[in-house]
Amino acid sequence: MSDVADRVKKIVVEHLGVEEDKVAENASFIDDLGADSLDTVELVMAFEEEFGIEIPDDAAETIQTFGDAVKFISEAS
Amino acid sequence: MFDLTGKNALITGASGGIGGDIARALYDAGASVGLSGTRVEPLQALADSLGERAYVLPCNLSDSESVEALPKKAAEAMGSVDILVNNAGITRDNLFMRMSDEEWQSVIDVNMTATMKLCKGVIRGMMKARWGRIVNISSVVAAIGNPGQANYAASKAGMIGFSKALAHEVATRGITVNAVAPGFITTAMTEKLTEEQKKGLLLKVPAGRMGDPQEIAAAVLYLASPEAGYVTGSTLHVNGGMAML
Repeated sequence: MSDVADRVKKIVVEHLGVEEDKVAENASFIDDLGADSLDTVELVMAFEEEFGIEIPDDAAETIQTFGDAVKFISEAS
Repeated sequence: MFDLTGKNALITGASGGIGGDIARALYDAGASVGLSGTRVEPLQALADSLGERAYVLPCNLSDSESVEALPKKAAEAMGSVDILVNNAGITRDNLFMRMSDEEWQSVIDVNMTATMKLCKGVIRGMMKARWGRIVNISSVVAAIGNPGQANYAASKAGMIGFSKALAHEVATRGITVNAVAPGFITTAMTEKLTEEQKKGLLLKVPAGRMGDPQEIAAAVLYLASPEAGYVTGSTLHVNGGMAML
């Protein structure tokens, strides 16, 4: 697994308090990992900080799954 | 009674009577205070009279760039913004039939839109800190209306609805959002009234007197305190019984 994926997974595990093996490629933050809408905003904030990038609101809305996040961040950073 | 040691508060309209007393109350409780307003001189005088935990942060709330820069300036000066008091407000009174779009818009911009923008600017830090206090200074006229103040009443009622919606969204993060609705308070804004007008107004106030700015500051201090952590989305009416809500 790439370094980006590891770091994203760590943030997700810490923030949502889920088991690491639950955070699969296609795991939806809201449907599978129990996030509420505010959690998704906070995850995006945490990603921005960890990777030193800006994630605009319209892009943030497209980040629904763990895989989406890894893909977006890999391309942006 | 309330201890705000280590907390940083941003207060708009701090050059006014109520804002100045709010700043003093929070300062005396141990907070650092960012004093915002359009006129630097009274802000500086207030900062000097308070002490080293007071910072002067001039801002024109009708200028949207200036508004957006304020939370950053405050966080740079104090380290964070844990408490935001949206106290600044303007009036452009006119009978509704004569009220211009400009009179309407300027009041909405400063009283409501600037409040929203400042909340947006501080909420991220509060979310991360899992602690925050937002106190929006509304008015009794938000609840009961006042002739000649359609714009002002709309803006102040808007602040209350806004506070409630935001309170819902951030409650799980230890952030409270409340409003304080002053009645007739002795300030420069009410100094403009004639003796006769004041007498007429006081007939509607069971307490039979105007309120003191310190009585508003005390309400803000309570809502800003850790002790008020379970109070959110509420409006604290401080009006001598003029409107019992």
